[in-house]
Amino acid sequence: MNDDLELEIIEQERYELFAGPLYNFNFNRRQFLKAFSGGIALIVPVSNLVAHTLQQDQGESGRRGNERIPDDIGAWIHIDEKGTVSVFTGKVEIGQNIRTSLTQAVAEELHVPLDTVRIVMADTDLTPFDMGTFGSLTTPRMAPQLRKAAAAARETLIALAAEQWKVEPASVRIVNARFVNHDASKSLTLAEVAKGQKLVKTIPAEVATTAAKDWTVAGKPVPKVDGRDFVTGKHQYTTDLRREGMLYGRVVRPSALEAKLVSSDTKAAEAIPGVVVVRDGDFIGVTAPDRATALRAERAIAVHWQAPGQPGNDELFDYLKKNAEAGRGRPVGSIVNGMAAAEKKLSQTYNIAYIAHAPLEPRAAVAEWNDGKLTVWTGTQRPFGVRSELAEAFHIPEEKIRVIVPDTGSGYGGKHTGESAIEAARLARASGKPVKLVWSREEEFNWAYFRPAGVIEVNSGVRKDGTVTAWEFHNYNSGGSGIQVKYDFPNQDIQFHNSKSPLRQGSYRGLAATANHFAREVHMDELAQLVNMDPVQFRLKNIKDARLKAVLEAAADKFGWSSKKTEGRGRGIACGFEKGSYIATAAEVSVDAKTGRVKIERVVESFECGAIVNQLHLHNQVEGAVVQAIGGALFESIQFKNGQILNGKFSQYRLPRFSDMPVIEIVLLDRKDLPSAGAGETPIVGLAPAVANALFDLTGKRIRSMPLT
Amino acid sequence: MPNVTNINVNGKKLRVDVDGQTPLLYVLRDYLNLTGTKYGCGEAKCGACTVLVEGQAMRSCVTPVSRASDKQITTIEGMEQDGKLHPLQEAFLKADALQCGYCTSGMIMAAAALLKKNAKPSRDEIVKHMDGNVCRCGTYPRIVNAIEIAAGTAKEVAE
Repeated sequence: MNDDLELEIIEQERYELFAGPLYNFNFNRRQFLKAFSGGIALIVPVSNLVAHTLQQDQGESGRRGNERIPDDIGAWIHIDEKGTVSVFTGKVEIGQNIRTSLTQAVAEELHVPLDTVRIVMADTDLTPFDMGTFGSLTTPRMAPQLRKAAAAARETLIALAAEQWKVEPASVRIVNARFVNHDASKSLTLAEVAKGQKLVKTIPAEVATTAAKDWTVAGKPVPKVDGRDFVTGKHQYTTDLRREGMLYGRVVRPSALEAKLVSSDTKAAEAIPGVVVVRDGDFIGVTAPDRATALRAERAIAVHWQAPGQPGNDELFDYLKKNAEAGRGRPVGSIVNGMAAAEKKLSQTYNIAYIAHAPLEPRAAVAEWNDGKLTVWTGTQRPFGVRSELAEAFHIPEEKIRVIVPDTGSGYGGKHTGESAIEAARLARASGKPVKLVWSREEEFNWAYFRPAGVIEVNSGVRKDGTVTAWEFHNYNSGGSGIQVKYDFPNQDIQFHNSKSPLRQGSYRGLAATANHFAREVHMDELAQLVNMDPVQFRLKNIKDARLKAVLEAAADKFGWSSKKTEGRGRGIACGFEKGSYIATAAEVSVDAKTGRVKIERVVESFECGAIVNQLHLHNQVEGAVVQAIGGALFESIQFKNGQILNGKFSQYRLPRFSDMPVIEIVLLDRKDLPSAGAGETPIVGLAPAVANALFDLTGKRIRSMPLT
Repeated sequence: MPNVTNINVNGKKLRVDVDGQTPLLYVLRDYLNLTGTKYGCGEAKCGACTVLVEGQAMRSCVTPVSRASDKQITTIEGMEQDGKLHPLQEAFLKADALQCGYCTSGMIMAAAALLKKNAKPSRDEIVKHMDGNVCRCGTYPRIVNAIEIAAGTAKEVAE
C-alpha cells in the first residue's frame, strides 16, 4: 500500500475529529493484570492497529516466558485455564457481523471450532481502548492482528504441549481443538495445556498466518454466530435491558434547534407520585416508575423556549455556498492548461440533501450509579468516546465510568455520540436509581444528527476522443471522503470547502463518498454524452487502474451492457473507489407513465475488497448497501424550517421498502493476493449516480440532485 | 385509571394491572418482560412491534391492551416450541436474513401471519404482505428468500 493511498484511507471527515484522541493508553498493564487471572494471553499493541506506525520489534518469536506487557494494549486473546478462548476488542457489533468474521479469523489460526471462541466486545472495563467502529477498519486492521495473535497463541500452546511430552514442537499439531503428537497416540485439550500457566506475550513482529488462498474457516459463508438469539427474540439490545429498581426517563425537548430555555413550570409534574423532575441549565427531564407516568410528567411541564431564526431547506444550497470557507486540496497538473487542451467544456452543479440514518433501534441508554461509579449500557459506535463525553459532562475521571455496548440495532454512522447516555446518567444521578431512557422515533429525527447536505460544482474539459483533460471539483459542506479520482486525469483541482451547517450533521455510512461519487459519475455520464461515446467506453478510455477497470467490466458484462436495451427502460452505470475497495454499479429503471413513480428494476453491482473473509456476509453487506442507497437516491430528504424538522417520523419520511426492491445481482471479485478491506460502506456509493444516469437514458432529462426529484 | 386486563400470551393466561389504553407493546415489554417485540416508530409504520392476535398480524405499538384482552396473542418468544425453532426462524438463519436483527422479530411474526392464511404465497404476495415492515439494513431480498424457504417454494437459497 503506498503512502498516498494510506493517507486517503485514514483521512477522517472533519466531523469525525471529535472522536477524541487517537491514543488513549487507558487499558494499561495494571488493568490488564487485574483482568488476567491465568492461562495464556497474546496482546496486540495499539501501534499494530494504527496506520503509519512501523511495526516495532515487540519480542522475538519463539522466545519463552513472560515479556514486558506493553502500555498500549489494543486487543488481546486469552486462553484461560478451562480452555476457553476469549477475544477482547473494543469494536462493536451493529449488524455488520464482525462478531462472526473475527471469530472465523481466530478459530482458523488456533485450529479450533468456531464455538470455542468467545468475542468480548465494547466494554470499557473489560476491553482495550478502541477509537470506534467506523471507517470500514475492523476487517483491514483488527482482523489481521487478531489472526496474528491467534497464530502466536497456537505456537505458544504447541510449545507447551511439546514440553509436557518432551518432544519437538514440530511434531505436535492441533486437530479440532486437541493437541496431538506425531502418531496421534497422545492428545491434550486446550485446558490441559493452559492449566497452571500464567503466560503473557506480545505478538511477535513476524508471525506467519494462513494465506487467504489456504483459508478453510475464514473465506467461508459461516452464518451469524449467535443468530439463534436474534431469531428467537432473546438477544437483549440496550432498549431491552432491565435493572433492579429501574425507573423510566423522559427528556423535555426544546421547541426548535438551538432554542434556549426562558422559563419552566414543573410543579404539576412534581406533584405526580413517584416522579422526580431534574432541571439543570437547559436540561429538563423526569423519571417515574413506569413509562406512562414518565410520559404524563413530561407533558405536565410547561416550558417557554426562545429559538433563533434559522434557514430552511428551500434556501439551503445558497446558504452552504455563501458560508463556505476556502477549499483544501492538492492540485495535480494545471487546470488552465487542461482547459486549453480541451475541445469541449462542461460546468455543472449537483445538490445533496440531508438524510437521516433512522436506525431501527433508536438511541437508548440504561444508566446506574454505585458508590460514585457510573455504568451505562448504550448503543454506540464509540464506547470509549462516549465514556469521555460522560467524564466531561459529570466532571469525573474516566476510571469511574464503565460503558457497555450490547450488540446494537444498527448505526450506519449515526451512533457516534453519547446523548442518550449522558441524559440517562443525569436522570439516574438525580433519582438515585437506575434509569432507562429510550428516544422516540421523533426524538431520533430531531435531536440526533444527519448526513451532511452539500453543493458540488464540477468544471471539466474533454477532447473529442473522450480524453478528460481538466477536472475541477469543489465540494461545499458534504465532506472529503471519496473526493479523489481513480481516473487518469492529467490536470486536477479537487477541493473540499467547510461550511456552516444549519442542521447538526455527522458521519453516515460511506460519509461523503456517496455525494462525491454522485457528482463525479453523473458528470462523467454528461461528458460521455457530450462527446457521443458509450458511458462504459468513455470511462474505460480514462482508466489505467486495473482494479477499477476490472469492476467496471465485471458489472457491464453481468448487466449485458453490450446487448440490446429493454423497451421502456433506461440504463446507467457508475464506478468508483473508496476505503480500499472498488465498486461498479449498473442500474435499469422504468417510470410509471401515470404516476411518474420511478422504479429501479434491476441492479448489478460488482465489488472488490481484496481477499474475501466471509462470502455470505459480504454478499449481505453489499446487497444491504444497495437497498439502503435506494432511499438516498430516490426519496430520502430532511425537510426543515426555523429549526424544526418537518418530516421527522416514519409516516412522513419515506424509507426503502420491500416493494422498492429491484432484482439485485452481485458480482464479488475475490482477490486472494490482496489484503482484505472493509466492506460496510463503499458498496453504497454507486447506486444513486447509476440510477440518475439510467433516468437520463430513459427520459432525456438530467437530474443533478440527491434525491432524484 | 389502572384496571386489570386478562391477556393470553403464548398460551399462558395472564393478568396485568394497567390502564386498558396502554399499548400492547409496552404491556409485553415492560410488564411481562417479553422484549423480543420491538419499538421502532410508534405509529404502525415499521412493523418492528408485530405480534399475532388470533393469528392476525397486529402492530402492538398502536393496539390498546384492552382490545387484545382474552384473545390469543403470540409473540416471537412463543414461536420456538420445546427447543425446536419455528420453520420461519430456521429459514431466517438459513437465508442469513438479518444483519442487526432489530426488525427480525416483527418480520418473522408478519411472515407467520401470511403463511397462516396463504401457505404458498407468490413472490408478489410476499412483497405486498411484508411492505409495512422496515429493515434498515436492507435484507429484504433475503427475507423474501427466507419466507420462500419456510413455505417450501424457494427456488434457490441465497448465496
